[in-house]
Amino acid sequence: MWDIDALLLARIQFGFTISFHIVFPAITIGLASYLVVLEGQWLRTGQEVFRDLYHFWSKIFAVNFGMGVVSGVVMAYQFGTNWSYFSDFAGGVTGPLLAYEVLTAFFLEAGFLGVMLFGWKRVGPGLHFLSTVMVAAGTLLSATWILASNSWMQTPAGYEIVAGRVVPTDWIAVILNPSFPYRLVHMGIAAFLATALIVGASGAWHLLRGRDTPAIRKMLSMAMWMLLFVAPLQAVVGDFHGLNTLDHQPAKIAAMEGHWENVPGEGVPLTLFGWPDMEREETHFAVRVPRLASLILTHSWDGQFPGLKEFPREDRPNSTIVFWSFRIMVGLGFLMIALGVWALWARWRGELFRSRALLRFTLWMGPTGLVAMLAGWFTTEVGRQPWLVYNVMRTADGVSSHGAGQLATTLALFVLVYFVVFGAGTVYLLRLIGHGPVTHEGTEPVPGGPGRPRTPARPLSAAPDAADDTATART
Amino acid sequence: MGIDLPLVWAVIILFGVMMYVVMDGFDLGIGLLYPFFADRTDRDVMMNTVAPVWDGNETWLVLGGAGLLAAFPLAYAVVLSAFYLPLILMLLGLIFRGVAFEFRFKADDAHRHLWDKAFIGGSLAATFFQGVTLGGYIQGIEVVDRAYAGGAFDWLAPFPLFVGAGLVVTYTLLGSTWLIVKTQGALQARMIAIARPLTWLLLAVIVAISVWTPLAREDIAQRWFTWPNLLWFAPVPILIVLTAWQLLQRLRRAPDVAPFVLTLFLVFLGYTGLGISLWPNIVPPGITIWEAAAPPQSMGFTLVGALLIIPLILMYTAWGYYVFRGKVDETQGYH
Repeated sequence: MWDIDALLLARIQFGFTISFHIVFPAITIGLASYLVVLEGQWLRTGQEVFRDLYHFWSKIFAVNFGMGVVSGVVMAYQFGTNWSYFSDFAGGVTGPLLAYEVLTAFFLEAGFLGVMLFGWKRVGPGLHFLSTVMVAAGTLLSATWILASNSWMQTPAGYEIVAGRVVPTDWIAVILNPSFPYRLVHMGIAAFLATALIVGASGAWHLLRGRDTPAIRKMLSMAMWMLLFVAPLQAVVGDFHGLNTLDHQPAKIAAMEGHWENVPGEGVPLTLFGWPDMEREETHFAVRVPRLASLILTHSWDGQFPGLKEFPREDRPNSTIVFWSFRIMVGLGFLMIALGVWALWARWRGELFRSRALLRFTLWMGPTGLVAMLAGWFTTEVGRQPWLVYNVMRTADGVSSHGAGQLATTLALFVLVYFVVFGAGTVYLLRLIGHGPVTHEGTEPVPGGPGRPRTPARPLSAAPDAADDTATART
Repeated sequence: MGIDLPLVWAVIILFGVMMYVVMDGFDLGIGLLYPFFADRTDRDVMMNTVAPVWDGNETWLVLGGAGLLAAFPLAYAVVLSAFYLPLILMLLGLIFRGVAFEFRFKADDAHRHLWDKAFIGGSLAATFFQGVTLGGYIQGIEVVDRAYAGGAFDWLAPFPLFVGAGLVVTYTLLGSTWLIVKTQGALQARMIAIARPLTWLLLAVIVAISVWTPLAREDIAQRWFTWPNLLWFAPVPILIVLTAWQLLQRLRRAPDVAPFVLTLFLVFLGYTGLGISLWPNIVPPGITIWEAAAPPQSMGFTLVGALLIIPLILMYTAWGYYVFRGKVDETQGYH
């Protein structure tokens, strides 16, 4: 299908490094806000269960944050190393947005993280809570700026091209570009959902093993409320986002639907399943529901929208990929809604913490928030192709002029290092989750005090290490 | 108008990069010192002296990259593609090092040594390849038609490799003097002992680079050794000698904060010398800050934020250091 050339290697490298990276900030965004809620509830009600949960999830937050930072530094430099023509061309817009992200978000997170994780006994409760709030604010600000930049590449606005370079003319229009509000809300909710599913699955895992404590019940319960209200909301937001995409990127919608051409005067059917074939310009094995696509996308019985054949071949995104990535995202979204409703029903019948079928389903749904989010990003980013800046710069024109050998070497290095490092990180995260929340953690004597096993101050996470976790985690 | 935006931005980026060298330098140095301190307790203490702050320190590197992209996109594009391989190796080093902070304490006893090695190797790779990039940058970058025109391995030359080794020495000295501030007892005594030969080594590095650079680049020789420039720039080498002498003196007595501050000043002076040599080029030898500048609309927009927010960042960073002031030892946990 493709030749293995430098462009393809650069695209694979970018897709690989950003797909790994995006997982960590998403969990960071969700967990940071969750920690604010937990600490706020603890300060408000004084219930120990909230502080125990805060300590537990802040360790997981810390490991995850560390991985987000190191994979994010790679992204900040990759625009220059691999996409230098793009950086020179569009740096006038993407540079300031990235700089604002660093100034308002990264420093805020990093500056208050130390106090949030290690300062529990060094500052008062008010200042500590402020630190947690600042870290959470940093994660949300970060998402705002980077999505403004990404959305501008999807639906550029507020600029002109002078001497072959992008010159911003209206910053409000650049930041509030047509797809930005939809993308920001959709991604923010995705991060909350993905986190809720992980929190819920952690609770379900412990309950299935008979570890029934107030803290574990509380986290499962909170996660299920979150799903119940937010998963349906996400479907509504997604629908609005789709309509916006139809307005601004009709070729992407055509590819997502595997929609090749309109029949005059007839509504567009929704293709549930099938195999879009880019070469032969048709969708094989299609299972269709008449008029449903018209209903969803034009909100009318026989509305039409452009098919792929209306775009020149060289301007079409790959329908085979985005058709399926889109369906994975939507399918998982429906399962999330179902889980929220099932949990409500079980709660009403008083068996939320006992129904093994529900707990098992919750456990299996744990990673689906992240999978759905990645599928969504594949849909929107592959759907933008062949454009790097939509209708302005082609991806092929933005890549650095490195040889394929150089790119293949660094790609191999990234793959190797990422699997080793983030594989180990995942193991440690699962191990931490497996330990479960500890009761009255904050009231213990200072670790490493006289007569206790030596327990060093743990960088960032202050988590139990192997030497003493058997002593504390199992009590 | 009247504001020379490229000039203001060059100052901001110079400041950001200096903040990075000053702040991440000492915590990278801790990884470089690890091989000399094999005891687990020592290593825990060393790492705990920077655990709450290293992340903020490293953020200055990201600001350097983002600021360069915002204000001088051409320089960002050219410099980063010229040093493609060393920069990627630096990033991979930072990955290993960054996660080692976390993973070391999550690993069981059988695997902890692997993350110790990752911390050492990562710190070494990050430092060395930063130095290599700096050396290659001083050496000059071939540009044709707004794009890098050199080869993939132009950085693989004696001068950049020497600067890489020189930066390893610099960060190790920063790390050891930082630990003199933050530790006590036997560990502190060993740091004092190690800091003296390192100071001499750093002096040798500074002398070598000061001789090598003007020999290799005639424009840099011109800059320094013509009248009256020689008079204006003379304080830099004189202050370097005085500072290094003071540093050696202080290390004799029971030292505390002074060696660290003096080392920082030494690094600042070296950095100043470099700035004098290269100004006003942002892609040496041929592209000036004015030629590489982003559109004024971009630089102006970002400048408002930078001028308002950087002071705030400095304030809460200082507060963070204040919260975690004092000596660190193995009986003291931050929790």
